[in-house]
Amino acid sequence: MDNWKGNKLAFGVLLAPPTFWLVVFFTVPLAIVWVYSFGERGPQGQTILALTFDNYQRAVEWIHLGIIWKSMWIAAVTTALCMIMGFPLAMGITFAPRRWRNPLLLIVILPFWTNLLIRTYSWIAVLRTRGYVNFTLEWIHDKLDGLLTLAGLPEVMGTFEPLQLLYNQTAVIIGLVYVHLPFMMLPIYASMEKLDRSYLEASLDLGAGQWRTLFSVTVPLVMPGIASGMLMTYILSLGTFLTPTLLGGTDSMMIGNLIAHEFGPSRDWPFGSALSFLLLYATFIILWAKATFAGRGAASQLGI
Amino acid sequence: MTRRLFSHLSRRRFLQGTAAVGVALAAMPRQAWTAEEKLINVYNWDTYIGETTLDTFTKATGIKVQYDLYANNEELFAKLKEGNPGYDIIFPSDYMVETMIAVDMLVPIDHAKIPNLKHIDPNPNFSDPAFNPGLKFGVPYMWGTMGIGYRISKVDGVPDSWGDILESDKYAGRIALLEDQRAMIGFTLKYLGFPMNSINPDEIAKARDLLIKNKKNFLTFAPDSGQDLLLSGEVDLAVEWNGDIVQIMEEDDDIAYVVPKEGGMVWIDNICIPTGGPHPDNAHAFINHIHDPVVNAEIANTIHYPTANLSAQKMVLPEDLVNPAIYPPPEVLARCEQIVDVGDATRLYDEAWTAIKAA
Repeated sequence: MDNWKGNKLAFGVLLAPPTFWLVVFFTVPLAIVWVYSFGERGPQGQTILALTFDNYQRAVEWIHLGIIWKSMWIAAVTTALCMIMGFPLAMGITFAPRRWRNPLLLIVILPFWTNLLIRTYSWIAVLRTRGYVNFTLEWIHDKLDGLLTLAGLPEVMGTFEPLQLLYNQTAVIIGLVYVHLPFMMLPIYASMEKLDRSYLEASLDLGAGQWRTLFSVTVPLVMPGIASGMLMTYILSLGTFLTPTLLGGTDSMMIGNLIAHEFGPSRDWPFGSALSFLLLYATFIILWAKATFAGRGAASQLGI
Repeated sequence: MTRRLFSHLSRRRFLQGTAAVGVALAAMPRQAWTAEEKLINVYNWDTYIGETTLDTFTKATGIKVQYDLYANNEELFAKLKEGNPGYDIIFPSDYMVETMIAVDMLVPIDHAKIPNLKHIDPNPNFSDPAFNPGLKFGVPYMWGTMGIGYRISKVDGVPDSWGDILESDKYAGRIALLEDQRAMIGFTLKYLGFPMNSINPDEIAKARDLLIKNKKNFLTFAPDSGQDLLLSGEVDLAVEWNGDIVQIMEEDDDIAYVVPKEGGMVWIDNICIPTGGPHPDNAHAFINHIHDPVVNAEIANTIHYPTANLSAQKMVLPEDLVNPAIYPPPEVLARCEQIVDVGDATRLYDEAWTAIKAA
């Protein structure tokens, strides 16, 4: 059979639309933002093209680096929590009876059919002072209070004080974990499903326990899935701005919020562009680290 | 009247807007040699017009209206920044009018084509505002204030000083400020006795430090959802636009609105014609129609914002006219200031706001 690359016409025809799409809707806008990042803000918020590094200089001021650091920290916690929940979830679905697998996957993917905004607003209804979590806690409190009163111990429980669950860093992380869990779980599931189960049987037969098998056989074999999932979760939560806007408190500004602010109310597109590129560079570094890491993994496998 | 209620949905709005621009572009006329085609593209805030306004306009003039919405001044500016996508009428606020005049985004109004201009309040705040001298580039529409909305049963008396929320632990954790750097820093400046539009770096730094020091007392910088937080009991005090608070006052008797004694912010929205609009004659007819007293009163009675049209005010609901949350008394208004565009000093506010939020 001919190499499909040999058919230049078919190759070109197939390649043209995606190339066009990438150039027009990705490369060109990105280039414009890149050019803007060397510009200046006019007094009325116009973007004046120039060649200045002021925006980058401003972007690496401590206060902005602090915001980037905080964003990276929040993204890291989110990724870790997604990992802790996503891995067992993927494993559970992989080893579930075959007829259950697709329905279970569907349940994981189902929330995607609802707009992100609506899903985030639902968390407000769940977490707020007069929200479902506090309603439940209050109900439990009242029942316990009633029981204790019956037992002759009135007023031991005191009055119910609703918990302040919303408008803080925890609420932001809950929202981020909720939104990004599928991005972690699906790549892990994809590699776990392809896993040759005879390896696991061999490990168990040769005397390794379940935990040993999990950490010495399963985890290394699905490492590519874990790495992709972590990467995806991390990069997506790093650039987020909706979740901190809606669920965050007075100290929840992430780098995405700062960029949105510069393009919005501040009308300082050049500075916003410079910040965007700083975020892009950070993402590149993470991708490069992943590539190096994956390369080393491949090399060590060859070495065996 | 919830015109700012959805400003935090700007992404969705943006998508809607993009679609609408597509429609507007498709509708852009081939420049007619004779009279303009019977079409006008209006770009307004959400829920900021009467129920019958557009129908009566079409009935009176035969001009068909295409109507599109934006959520805040910045969205409007961004949409028109790289060229007018086909809008004939826009409703920018005071400081945005100033900005747009400076960058040639508005065309002068021909007063001869708008006989109803005679109904505009002769008070110079409306008839000759500093941001738009002589009403050269636009006509006032509705106006309002920004102050404190609060839950009567949960506060100690009337929180009539910015100090109650900006420099007091009395309501710690029960205050929502607004995600609006100019207004929040502006009120702090007023509380400290400085002008709201200060461009003095020291004054802005003092306001910044006060906000940072008392940040622990604020629950959140609400993306214009302060009225929702107040209504749901999440906070007991929220800095908000009067219209948003008036709206929830109708749902909950326990809510009130006050402009603190140090003064608040007063804003005026304006009807303007953007540069490059395809139907300038129709646009003038539209402005004239909006300021027909009967039409104008119907708008005001629908959205419950105070109108700048004095003849229309005579037909405004009596309960609205005596509601100080809608029509503030003159002595309150005298203490209010307008936000003006501070040009390059915007960066001072910008940096202060980032410092406050990052602290």
